Amino acid sequence: MGPLPELLAIDGIMIVVAAWFAIGLVGIAALHDFRLVGRVLFPLSAVLSIAISGLALYALPGAPQTAVLAIGLPDLPFHLRLDALSAFFLALLGLASAGISVFAGGYFRQGEGTPPGLLCLHYHLFLAAMAMVMLADDAYAFMVTWEVMALSSYFLVTTNHRIAEIRRAGFLYILVAHVGAIAILLCFGVLQANTGDYTFANMRAQSLSPFWASCAFLLALFGFGAKAGLLPLHVWLPEAHPAAPSPVSALMSGVMLKTAIYGLVRVNFDLLGSPLWWWGVVALVVGLATALFGVVFAAAQVDMKRLLAYSSIENIGLIVVGLGLAIVFAAYRMHSLAALALVASLYHCVNHALFKSLLFLGTGSVLHATQERNLGKLGGLMRYMPWVAWTSLVGVIASAGLPPSNGFVSEWLLLQGFLFTGELPNPYLRMLVPVFAAGVVLVAALAGYVMVKFFGVIFLGRPREEKLASAHDAGGLERLGLLWLTAGCVLLGLFPVAVIEVIDPITYALVGRGLAQSGRAGDWLLLAPVSAERASYSPLLFLVVIATVVLLAFVLVRRFYHGRVRRAAPWDCGFPMQTARMQDTAEGFGQPIRQIFEPFYLMKRELPSPFDAAPRYKVTVEDPLWGWVYLRIAAVTEALSRWVGMLQRGRISIYLLYSFLTLVTLLLFTQA
Amino acid sequence: MSPLTGQILNLFASVLLLIAFAMLAQRRIVTLINLFAIQGLALVGSTVTVAWATGQRHLYYSAGITLVLKVVILPFILHRLIRRLNVKWDIETLINIPTMMLVGIVLVVFAFNLALPISQFSQSIARGTLGIALACVLMSFLMMITRSKAVPQVIGFLAMENGLFFAATSATYGMPMVVELGIALDVLVGMIILGVFMFQIREQFDSLDIHHLEKLKED
Repeated sequence: MGPLPELLAIDGIMIVVAAWFAIGLVGIAALHDFRLVGRVLFPLSAVLSIAISGLALYALPGAPQTAVLAIGLPDLPFHLRLDALSAFFLALLGLASAGISVFAGGYFRQGEGTPPGLLCLHYHLFLAAMAMVMLADDAYAFMVTWEVMALSSYFLVTTNHRIAEIRRAGFLYILVAHVGAIAILLCFGVLQANTGDYTFANMRAQSLSPFWASCAFLLALFGFGAKAGLLPLHVWLPEAHPAAPSPVSALMSGVMLKTAIYGLVRVNFDLLGSPLWWWGVVALVVGLATALFGVVFAAAQVDMKRLLAYSSIENIGLIVVGLGLAIVFAAYRMHSLAALALVASLYHCVNHALFKSLLFLGTGSVLHATQERNLGKLGGLMRYMPWVAWTSLVGVIASAGLPPSNGFVSEWLLLQGFLFTGELPNPYLRMLVPVFAAGVVLVAALAGYVMVKFFGVIFLGRPREEKLASAHDAGGLERLGLLWLTAGCVLLGLFPVAVIEVIDPITYALVGRGLAQSGRAGDWLLLAPVSAERASYSPLLFLVVIATVVLLAFVLVRRFYHGRVRRAAPWDCGFPMQTARMQDTAEGFGQPIRQIFEPFYLMKRELPSPFDAAPRYKVTVEDPLWGWVYLRIAAVTEALSRWVGMLQRGRISIYLLYSFLTLVTLLLFTQA
Repeated sequence: MSPLTGQILNLFASVLLLIAFAMLAQRRIVTLINLFAIQGLALVGSTVTVAWATGQRHLYYSAGITLVLKVVILPFILHRLIRRLNVKWDIETLINIPTMMLVGIVLVVFAFNLALPISQFSQSIARGTLGIALACVLMSFLMMITRSKAVPQVIGFLAMENGLFFAATSATYGMPMVVELGIALDVLVGMIILGVFMFQIREQFDSLDIHHLEKLKED
């Protein structure tokens, strides 16, 4: 035996992946043992998550590492490669899943359909598959792991498989996932340019004609868009997220959607070579439409998990807008601006991974404590569930994009990128892009509105139902998971310069420039994406100012207002008494938005007549795209199948005649 | 190749074609099986002739297999089958017999037309008979289509295999030995499976009329 080979970071990551797999198998062995699965296996898996993000961050600045894994078909091994981009997304996976796994350890208590051991297997297969997707360096490995990811997450979504609605949601999910996977497979087929070699290294070496390159781009946008939830392939998201248990929703929304973004970045910036400018415009249009659609629908939701699902659609839209901007800049060889837009996108990826996981976990705790997902029956939970409420508050601030949170940093960077579009050589683009910028600002503002609704209706005010008073706060492991993600949100918000230095090697590898040189402006405190004279932002200063102002206001209020309490009968609006149900509801809060954006919705309203003894008000908001796109596709498919079905006559003679006629026709054809 | 060999080959080929027509016209199952056995015998004859004229050793083996399988074993199985199923009489065809003969003639013309360019490139001594082989295949297929009972369909299937075998011999001195062995095994196994099916069909519907299978169609 020779000397032991040096262990690289990629080997370490594969060991972690194998360990996840092993944990899943242990889960199978202990199928019904809640204590083992919850208290031991899931926390253990969280430790592995931290290990994988540590390894990835350690390997990120270094040179790409490759490995060949001889599994799968003979003569067709898995090629793996760990470069800056995959390391970044692996770090994202590790950071988010660490919190989620710890939380899951405390969350899965009583049986939720699937036995806990099996759930543990699906969960860890899902994690392992996502890690392998990011490591894959050939189309074969990518597709295999991509499908494992889709299947394992399907089983996770249908954990409560006894409920018909959940089975339906799972089917919709797996259907869209497969349609997307076909597009991705075709995209790889175009990328390998008839060489028959499906390694990514070969795809990088090929230079495609503009037509085929555009085909590859559009296929990638469709395929990965199906996974990410881009319009009009978003339909599975608002169904699957509420159906899945909360840690699974968190993992899917926080991490799995990012694998699609990873795929888009990998194909567009790494495999495809130099982009065309109109690809960027397509991505901008699709991204903005998705973001706007997502946020407008989020504002109208009354189910808290559906609301978050639509909010995920919105965030994915923003990320794709950033990618589109980066493509436009890269097409005109404005590399440092492309780097800026790409950094904004990647930064938003990791932000969204953290705050959306946090919010989904928060809804999970609320759901366990109250058995209620309907916003109309919640309220005032801050008093009973302080841990969940305060951590969710951080997530809500981040999601709304308020400074000094991490959400603000990425949205600010994105808008900074838009400010430089005046330098684009194409006059139409110069005119068009400010419109997109305005759209992004609108989305950001509406996102704030949605988050106020989410937090306000669940946690503030008074409980709308009596049973809410007995709600219990999250348990120990759940608190740990929530705290981990909260800490991540806060740190990413306060130290953006450090994050940008981490992202720097990626933009160097993909567009040839980085931000860290100019971004630091000689100061670790001050973030200035292009130059300190143009724009700069210091989250710590912001935090200090905000904290000071809040403290000052608090002191002043106590000093001047309190102590002058005057008790008097309130003006009771003609009501003899006021109840908690008279508070502003989720429907009421969303009503102005429903009015303004009415053409977006497919709304059904049942208003009671003035003489109704037992008045009922009911409003349902549905997705018009379902009817416009999906039902039509279904109708066309059905008609076609009916035509094809006419071939089936049930008589062997007729079937034989078909073969006979085919044979004769083919013979005639070859003769001619 | 001596003219005599060519004449003998042509004789066997025309016997094959004649039997194909006879099978198309035949109403009784027992006669159909006998015709099938005679067709096998003609096939053996032609194969041996080709083997003798060209000195291809492996063709003798093929001829032997054909003799054992198609002249002895398969007809024996079929006879036993119809005795046990008790379906000696029969057979209404779906299309009346004169029409079928006319369609058969069209098929023969078509097959000859088709085989003409191929046989020009072939080096085989039996290249002239390729058209006949193709015609046999197509006519057996036609027989399968137009019979409404299961047993004649199986015989049609077997006769089609005969035609294919003859085509292979006449175009390229037969297929490699391994392939031929494989096909022989396939035919035997296929026969056994089809026999089982026929029993099952009769169990299910009290008849071997495959019209009953139409009930299996999904509406």
